[in-house]
Amino acid sequence: MTFFDPGILQSGQYHDWLVQGLILSLQLTAASFVLALPFGALLALMRSSPNRVLQAIGATVVEAIRNVPLLAHLLFWYFAFPELLPEPVKLALYDSNPEAICAVIALSLYAGVHMAEDIRSGIRAVPAAQLEAARSLGLGRFAAVRLVLMPQAIRISVPPLLSQTVNLWKDTSVATVIGAAEMMYQAARVETASFRSVEAFTFATLAYLTVSLLISLAAQLYQRRFPVRTA
Amino acid sequence: MIELIHEYWLYFLVGQYPNGPLGGLSLTILLSGAALVLAMPLGLLLGVARVSPWRAVRWPVTALVQVVRAVPLLLVVFWAYFFLPAVTGVKTGQATTMLMTLVLFDAVYLAEIVAAGIRALPKGQMESARSLGLGYFAALRLVLLPQALKNVLPSLVNQLVSTIKATSLGYIIGLSEVSFIATQVNTLVFTKAVEVYIILALTYFVLCFGLSRLAFLLERRLGRRAGRVSPISL
Repeated sequence: MTFFDPGILQSGQYHDWLVQGLILSLQLTAASFVLALPFGALLALMRSSPNRVLQAIGATVVEAIRNVPLLAHLLFWYFAFPELLPEPVKLALYDSNPEAICAVIALSLYAGVHMAEDIRSGIRAVPAAQLEAARSLGLGRFAAVRLVLMPQAIRISVPPLLSQTVNLWKDTSVATVIGAAEMMYQAARVETASFRSVEAFTFATLAYLTVSLLISLAAQLYQRRFPVRTA
Repeated sequence: MIELIHEYWLYFLVGQYPNGPLGGLSLTILLSGAALVLAMPLGLLLGVARVSPWRAVRWPVTALVQVVRAVPLLLVVFWAYFFLPAVTGVKTGQATTMLMTLVLFDAVYLAEIVAAGIRALPKGQMESARSLGLGYFAALRLVLLPQALKNVLPSLVNQLVSTIKATSLGYIIGLSEVSFIATQVNTLVFTKAVEVYIILALTYFVLCFGLSRLAFLLERRLGRRAGRVSPISL
């Protein structure tokens, strides 16, 4: 047995497993991102609102989710949450792809609260005078938030949000624990089937590195193209 | 839920100890604490190297930091668990594997904390220390690091929170830390998945939320002592 046989990464069954894993990891990232961003924005707005009740709800949700490891979230959503569902919904879940669905729920919540904190610091970085000026020009509260506050806050939060996306991408690996067949799961599967740990883990390492570094590069380009203007 | 706690609390706290290796919540806490403490010297060294004026020192460390931050912790755990024994010929246990991986990760994240602390100091600190006749390392040790590390305590506590959350990944290689024990309890009881995992989540929450509040209070206290504006309260 050669130490490193690149052949198995180029074609054949193991190649197919690893590529399927890579595709599922990317899909999990994309689906969770699409759900996490609005969830995070909503929480950030709640925490920044003048209403005490909304602030308290937002803070509770963020702290409750953030202080529990992703692995425990995944275990809960996969093993416990279906027990709470009514029978027909539960069966429908088990008939589809429960691993991927539960992974997306857990990842979206976990990434969402971290994004909420980034968006909130973005909102706080916008001078209060912006909102006051928008209001005095006759914009309603929601119009002022939507047209004046949020565009500026988002511009400040894009680089940290992209770095959260890198975290989300890396965190998809933890979904292995509930048997979602993403890249880490498939790499371990190749290892078990063939003892080709070096090849399988090299593939996974390069894939994780490439995607992470591409997202970081995008963050840097964004910062150069749209530098934050200070008032 | 009460009877569940009543029946399994000891198992949850220490695993099979004293009839087997230590596990459960105590293992989670011990492992995270040990990883952070062991990572400190390495983290300090890497942090100083990260802001070093010599490229030959700065670039390899920067590359290491970038790579470690770009891959999932779980991947490094797998490398250490499956690949390392093949090279060294010695089968490392789950606890040792997890500890080594956590030390590496913590060192890299601590390095960033130290480097950020040094970069935040005014440039004149190094220049004036050097012009007073101190060598580079003496200036670092006597002038820059004491200032940079003064406010590092809250970050350390936050890093401990991250480490506690990261130990949960030991579950995947069969380390009997608290998530693994919870799953075993769930298998034994079989019908109370919701209760078991709620208890697990609450345990982590109490631990991590408590520590992050501590970090917040420390930060405020340090801020006040230094006469700076304290961070805006929530």
